[in-house]
Amino acid sequence: MDLIFEGIIKAFYLLIMLDSEVLGITLLSLQVSGTATLISLFIGISIGTLVALTEFPGRRFVVSLINTGMGLPPVVVGLLVTIFLWRNGPFGFLGILYTPLAMIIAQAIIATPIVMGISLAAIQALPKNLRLQILTLGATRFQMVWILIKEARLPLLAGVMAGFGGIISEVGASIMVGGNIKGYSRVLTTATVMETSRGNFDMAIALGIILLLLAYLINLVLTQIQQRERLR
Amino acid sequence: MIKRLICFWGILLLFSFPVSTGAQKSILLATTTSTQDSGLLDILIPTFENKTGYFVKTIAVGSGQAMAMGQKREADVLLVHSPEAEKKFVAMGYGINRRLVMHNDFILLGPLEDPAKIRGLRAAREAFKKIASTDALFLSRGDNSGTHFKEKTLWRACGLNPENEKWYQQTGLGMGQTLNVASEKKSYTLADRGTYLALKKNLSLSILTEGDAILLNIYHVIEVNPARWPKVNAAGARAFADFMVSKETQEIIRTFGVDKFGSPLFFPDAGKKEEELGK
Repeated sequence: MDLIFEGIIKAFYLLIMLDSEVLGITLLSLQVSGTATLISLFIGISIGTLVALTEFPGRRFVVSLINTGMGLPPVVVGLLVTIFLWRNGPFGFLGILYTPLAMIIAQAIIATPIVMGISLAAIQALPKNLRLQILTLGATRFQMVWILIKEARLPLLAGVMAGFGGIISEVGASIMVGGNIKGYSRVLTTATVMETSRGNFDMAIALGIILLLLAYLINLVLTQIQQRERLR
Repeated sequence: MIKRLICFWGILLLFSFPVSTGAQKSILLATTTSTQDSGLLDILIPTFENKTGYFVKTIAVGSGQAMAMGQKREADVLLVHSPEAEKKFVAMGYGINRRLVMHNDFILLGPLEDPAKIRGLRAAREAFKKIASTDALFLSRGDNSGTHFKEKTLWRACGLNPENEKWYQQTGLGMGQTLNVASEKKSYTLADRGTYLALKKNLSLSILTEGDAILLNIYHVIEVNPARWPKVNAAGARAFADFMVSKETQEIIRTFGVDKFGSPLFFPDAGKKEEELGK
């Protein structure tokens, strides 16, 4: 129990003193997971909406695949991305293994099905007549899709939170493709693992608390937007 | 609303990512968890980087995985402690210039109660036999690391194969985590002295057997063979290996940890022969 207390004190100490290493690690966590979330939003919402609005043979199979993808194990993604990015792997010529970019790729792969699955459910939950109504009012197909996405923005925001939450707290893939390199690809979760194995439990708890604070702040902003929209 | 959100991220991302250094200037170092967990690399790597301008990407894994990375040319230079496997690695042409860097030793740790009564035994083999005969819980790294390799060698030297015994469990984790598990489960385990000293404050384990010549833990630096893999950063690997055996580095190793733990964690050995150690 003392350890947790010490960890909390250490976390605040690190934050107040603006410890440059911890600050760098925190910022990198935000950049990597933020960028990966943006990418996953772009791909996830487009494909999710497309699948929600179209009929094609094998659609149920595709939906079940997307839903399974929501539980994609990060270590498996990490392993596959590593194999692809190895120097003698198919994308080895890029030379991006053990860089923040590789972490973004892995995290985007983890977050995309989450965003996709939630978008799919959100768009599907809109009343069927809404589509016809929008079209009869003279909207083009593109405008109709845009209106539907706007209409479903509240559950879509939940998708953003789920995707971001899933990857900022993820460690398996990040440590494999990023390598936890000091001052370069070390993020909050991988640093926590390392400090734990070094026996610096107070530091590990401090990093954990900073991670929680960060996740809370981001979700606070998103929730503010989400709930303000609700009142309109 | 969504636009505002994207703006928010855009601004955040403007803080540029750490400047990525060109491939020529970066070195991929595959090493063991003990060199990272003990904190030695945190001191050596920045010194090396300041001196040479190279950027070192340190990947801390078990010695077995480090050599597997070298074999697939996923690393430029290795700092490992699994001599027999290393010799094979070099003999098969994957690595060149295997040079002795430093040593410390393995120690047999166990709970304070010491159910197998091995405290003070100097012969590691005898201690292992006693643990086996009393069915006392033993935790193995089980991860093909240098420590795991040494442990398997010891069991084999005793003529035992504990692999399927009930009292023999494998964590599959790094040294630091295995020590924590061993401490919690009150079990015996084999550890390198450096990691043990670094973590000692949180552990309820004591050193029971030490000082046997078979328990030496020897670290070598190996460059991945550029003749075999032309794409490795051979110049960088050479620079790092030279740095590890240089006089100044050896002096840092000699004093590393003295202020914090009262005794050094590693003993510098550059230029010596492996056979001379422990005598």
